[in-house]
Amino acid sequence: MPKRTDISSILLIGSGPIVIGQASEFDYSGTQACRVLRAEGYRVILVNSNPATIMTDPEFADRTYVEPLDVDVVAAIIERERPDALLPTLGGQTALNLAIALSERGVLDRFGVELIGASIEAIHTAENRERFKAAMTEIGLAVPNSGFAYKLDEAVKVGDDVGYPVIIRPSFIMGGGGTGIAADAEELYRLAEIGLAASPISEILIEKSIAGWKEYELEVMRDHADNCVVVCSIENLDPMGVHTGDSITVAPAQTLSDVEYQRMRNAAFACIRRIGVDTGGSNIQFAVDPATGEMVVIEMNPRVSRSSALASKATGFPIAKIAARLAVGYTLDEIPNDITRMTPASFEPTIDYVVTKVPRWAFEKFPGTSGVLGTRMQSVGEAMAIGRTFPESLQKGLRSLEHGRWGLNCDPGEAALDGFDDDELVRQAAIATPDRPFQLEGALRRGISVERLHQATGVDPWFLDQIAMITAERARLAELGFAAMARRDWRRAKRLGFADAQLGWLWGVHEDEVRAARLAAGVKATFKTVDTCGAEFDANTPYHYSTYEDEDEARGGQRRTVVILGSGPNRIGQGIEFDYCCVHASFALRDAGFDTVMVNCNPETVSTDYDTSDRLYFEPLTYEDVMNVLEVEKEHLVGVIVSLGGQTPLKLAGRIPAELVLGTPPAAIDEAEDRERWNALCHRLGLPQPEGGTAAELDAALNITSRIGYPALVRPSYVLGGRAMEIVYDDAGLARAMAELARFGSADGAIAGSLGREGGLSAERPVLIDRFLEDATEVDVDALRDATGEVLIGAVMEHVEEAGVHSGDSACVIPPPTLSAAVLATIEGHTKAIAEALGVVGLLNVQYAVQAQNVYVIEANPRASRTVPFVAKATGVPLAKVAARIMVGATLAELRAEGVLKPPAPGAHVSVKEAVLPFNRFPDVDTLLGPEMRSTGEVMGIDATFGLAFAKSQTAAGDRLPERGTVFLSLADRDKPGGLVAARRFVELGFRLAATDGTAAYLEANGVPVAEVVGKLGAGARSAVDLIAAGEIDLIVNTPRGRGPRADGSYIRLAANVQGVPCLTTAAAALAAAGGIADWARHGLSVRSLQEFHEEGQQRLDL
Amino acid sequence: MSNRHQNEGVEAHLVLADGTVFEGEAMGAAVEVATGEVVFNTVLSGYQEVITDPSYAGQVIAFTYPHIGNYGISDADYESARPFCRGVIVRELARRPSNWRSTVDLGTWLATHGVPGITGIDTRRLTRHIRDAGAMPCAFGTADEATLRAAALAERGTDGVDLVAGVTTPVRYTVGDGPLRVVAYDFGIKTSILRQLGEIATVDVVPASTPAQELLLQPVDGVFLSNGPGDPAAVTYAIATIGSLLGQVPIFGICLGHQLLAAALGGQTYKLPFGHHGGNHPVMRLRDRAVEITSQNHNYAVTQGSVDAADVTHVNLNDGVVEGLRCREIPAFSVQYHPEAGPGPHDARYLFEEFRELMRSPSKGSRAQAH
Repeated sequence: MPKRTDISSILLIGSGPIVIGQASEFDYSGTQACRVLRAEGYRVILVNSNPATIMTDPEFADRTYVEPLDVDVVAAIIERERPDALLPTLGGQTALNLAIALSERGVLDRFGVELIGASIEAIHTAENRERFKAAMTEIGLAVPNSGFAYKLDEAVKVGDDVGYPVIIRPSFIMGGGGTGIAADAEELYRLAEIGLAASPISEILIEKSIAGWKEYELEVMRDHADNCVVVCSIENLDPMGVHTGDSITVAPAQTLSDVEYQRMRNAAFACIRRIGVDTGGSNIQFAVDPATGEMVVIEMNPRVSRSSALASKATGFPIAKIAARLAVGYTLDEIPNDITRMTPASFEPTIDYVVTKVPRWAFEKFPGTSGVLGTRMQSVGEAMAIGRTFPESLQKGLRSLEHGRWGLNCDPGEAALDGFDDDELVRQAAIATPDRPFQLEGALRRGISVERLHQATGVDPWFLDQIAMITAERARLAELGFAAMARRDWRRAKRLGFADAQLGWLWGVHEDEVRAARLAAGVKATFKTVDTCGAEFDANTPYHYSTYEDEDEARGGQRRTVVILGSGPNRIGQGIEFDYCCVHASFALRDAGFDTVMVNCNPETVSTDYDTSDRLYFEPLTYEDVMNVLEVEKEHLVGVIVSLGGQTPLKLAGRIPAELVLGTPPAAIDEAEDRERWNALCHRLGLPQPEGGTAAELDAALNITSRIGYPALVRPSYVLGGRAMEIVYDDAGLARAMAELARFGSADGAIAGSLGREGGLSAERPVLIDRFLEDATEVDVDALRDATGEVLIGAVMEHVEEAGVHSGDSACVIPPPTLSAAVLATIEGHTKAIAEALGVVGLLNVQYAVQAQNVYVIEANPRASRTVPFVAKATGVPLAKVAARIMVGATLAELRAEGVLKPPAPGAHVSVKEAVLPFNRFPDVDTLLGPEMRSTGEVMGIDATFGLAFAKSQTAAGDRLPERGTVFLSLADRDKPGGLVAARRFVELGFRLAATDGTAAYLEANGVPVAEVVGKLGAGARSAVDLIAAGEIDLIVNTPRGRGPRADGSYIRLAANVQGVPCLTTAAAALAAAGGIADWARHGLSVRSLQEFHEEGQQRLDL
Repeated sequence: MSNRHQNEGVEAHLVLADGTVFEGEAMGAAVEVATGEVVFNTVLSGYQEVITDPSYAGQVIAFTYPHIGNYGISDADYESARPFCRGVIVRELARRPSNWRSTVDLGTWLATHGVPGITGIDTRRLTRHIRDAGAMPCAFGTADEATLRAAALAERGTDGVDLVAGVTTPVRYTVGDGPLRVVAYDFGIKTSILRQLGEIATVDVVPASTPAQELLLQPVDGVFLSNGPGDPAAVTYAIATIGSLLGQVPIFGICLGHQLLAAALGGQTYKLPFGHHGGNHPVMRLRDRAVEITSQNHNYAVTQGSVDAADVTHVNLNDGVVEGLRCREIPAFSVQYHPEAGPGPHDARYLFEEFRELMRSPSKGSRAQAH
């Protein structure tokens, strides 16, 4: 049946901010869906609160609402737009939950909106554990035996029924508190007590533990004619017990015989049919007992997921695109396979390579976390690698992580294993952590047997033996030596995934020499094609990966070619914003007649969609791998864009032949990064900077602070996201910070493990120490400069939180609400001067601190910043597209004439960007903001006033501001004047105040009534934590006491985190919140699309 | 490891009849020169079933999936008592299998059964080459390239060769205990088929050359025409036998059995450029347009429109090849693909049930089933 003609407009819900467990993959799926549905002629209405996404680009939908993903807001959008249908399966759990809420509230019925892609019934059956279990039992599939308990004696009874060992999971608990594994009734009794206490509804799920079983996933699609196909099978390297998002996973399944695989396939189809997913993709997880083959269903997601993004990239089968088409009535056989074009989508991809996904964690950002992996996902990103064999793809995957490792050991990082004896190493490997693969290889290298490691870790012997092949080859190579390497030896080594850098380290030879010798021996990378069919049919889509084989299938293009280096795995400080920039560059350059080539290794992204660029190379972003691509593309190569993908490609800028780097020359990038040269430049231009200096050791650091005074900001050079940044207030604090950095910098760094030492202290990488400007307003500027010297200011952003909170974690506003015209003029002047002095060609981001009308330059980065997509959404200026064109020679004037560049549209609206923090994943971590960036994502609020936009941004970030109730205040002395203004406004708005005694005294002394004075923890009267736990507090304002050790408020913030009460940690944010609540009360909710905001802005400009 | 690996790691070459050379290492049985027609198979799992499928007699199987042997060899997964293929080509033979059902590793098992192999081959290049140039004879082994080239040129391939004679059972035997009585012609029958038939019938498996009169001496509910190797046109005696069975008894044919039924009905067969060998081919069942993902293994096919007496019931969505036929006037039907799977998806197992229905009411059978 062809597509449905009875519906003409479709509402699509995105997944909101990037959080752990829900990342760029939904931008990929949503962007695909938007494109497909518009191509099919539907009117697409999109809502997503995340401005960094590509899907929220106004070009991708007819109406784009960057609004909070809140049921009231979406209801308002539905009322305004009257869509015929709602497609909720492409925006992750967020979209699914919203769809349920909209249905339950009667919104869908009231406005006649049909849910397509999944029914409410199907969603409930899949999501509700009891219903899921009943449904699976009904079709004869086993699920892990389990039962709920509400009392201790019940718990033991359930435990006895289920059979030990059991996992205890308290219901409605964030952070995995109270979860544990019990081996017998006695242990269960003890754990159940903790679990019942931890659960707010005193409910625990007791489930048969199948830790150690093998874990598999099948990605399945079904159309309305009941045709079902498996797109991809995935096998986890880590056995059950580690969240699949935290596991190294491999496609296709490696150790299942066909008999077992077909049984799983049949079960998957039975499952999707029983759950009732009529059209679209689902992901079904299985566990298999390695000793008996017994199989159980773990769970199913009735929507596209992180795994479907992985499966799409792993096979070339675009699940989200197909799911969108199926949702509007097509059947699989009516949809052509994009890649072969001659065959239909109603088939099962077969692949002739191995795909390995490796997660990227950020434990170093969250001191106090254990780094142990479990059933709760903690990774912030992932890399995928393709090789012809598992060892090759594993090594490529590990070097894709950019965690300072070059592959599976055989690098300086392996020294971390030296300190342990064999037994200790095995014990460590038995605990799942990010270091496990390195420990396994290290153990095999010491001669520890595959059997013993299998026993200890549950990792399948096949995987261990494959790792042992890498180990054996390494020994052979070490014995053979660099000089004796012949063609067959090189080929063997490269086929097992060894990087030139690893081989160089093994032999004590420079990487460049290794590369030269290898090429001289005639062994060079060959590129194969991802084609869905194992080469059975001709492929039209140039989606390539490197390997070492006979035949090279990659062909450079016939047109002028630009290579764009992507940003690699998502991490804190470098996420989807940079993918947005790279994708925009690709689109802009394709439109301008260039062939675009994308190099990236992040499977979640739009940039690694084979549709985005003319050619896609799914490769690690290392020197060796990038040079291999440049070699293939050299004939028509214009150059390489390194400045749009964040720090990752920028790090390569110095090694790629300088004449190939497009835009701002590498020397200028260096000038901005090198503290001494940068200071000289500022001095020459007469730009004031906070006083400071650089130091490689404590004495030198103390010299600096004796000159500039405290507080001082201490940070390593060349790092991302404020990694290891600290504000120190005295000599002791400085000494501690220096020692901490020295530890990161040391080669053995046992504690840092493989978590990388990218911010390490060394003579080549000294620490930067600057005077910290207290009470200053921080300002960010994104600007563009073309080769003729014209500079365009994209936007000036004012931060809500004062300087000292990392810019990535701070809310910021366009246009700046408090800066005077004179300050703005100074900032624009400085920005132009810096752009000119550095010779920027492309984007420039400058950070300023404004203290009492004085403008200080903090730093400048001649590259895309995190705020580029936010600026584009706020102003309608596609900065990244313009930058890409400028880098290949266009001028701003030409782009204006072409219509690519419209002037910034200063509408009547205000845009607020707010950071979203992952603290609910790390319950033991203080939620206080500081100079180290810890947010994973961002949201945007856009409305007529600052207050409304701020309130929207808070709602979008999941901290909906209350309209009434009690505000609890606990203010540091320095924040009391600011807090007083906010408190007064809260009272005017009808709020009741509670405060700690000091804060209460201050407020009352200034005429603000405090209804409840709370005691200190454990001091008789009800403490703040008690009040929060009792649900009596609706909003918390807790600013750090002094600026010392900052631990005082941590219990309050922890309680707020657990209870989900909005918690503001700066007086500025409290004031903004009060303004937001006031405006919200006065104006109520209204929604508008970006297209309308931008159009209105342009019209104002015409006037 | 065991002594099978006397030749493991020894440099070996694969040479195609057109002179294309690949380098690799020897595995399996040690030979200097092995020859056969090279075909590629795209399954991700099921190498044991593929290697033991008698339909590969005379052929050398190249697997497109690189890691082969991962889960070893299981006693339960043989498709015949021994392999009939001439050799196996892989990118990466597993050193150490891992699976609870495994009893021996693939390399050892191949050596035990005298099947030579070659590993380390750029099988994707090989596949692309065959895809463009067509299936062709090859030679591989530890001999020098010139010897291998000569051997490849001397290898005649499968056209016009009766390979069935080499794989069919020499004696009649019985399997299954279903209520109906089926005679199965063994042109190279797979165990998975016998398992499926055995559930609905007591099955007498007979040699390919068994004359029609001989079966009809006893009461028979249906005749099954099995899969098998090679060119259907070369198995003239089977075509004649089937011709005399038409209309006498319900008939169900699979793969070679399908081609032979078509030939007996006056249809034509032809050789595909590189055949269908894999577990992911989409086939549409025309009566309700449902799509089945099918297991396939054939180099020859029935010419579209060449069988007047039958309707085409199934087509391959990739290339339009005739995948199923059903006679309009007599109780007989057949499919080109493998509903028994082994290896591959189980989507088409219902066809055995349809055979059962046809045997129960042969008179009304065909027409009722056809729509």
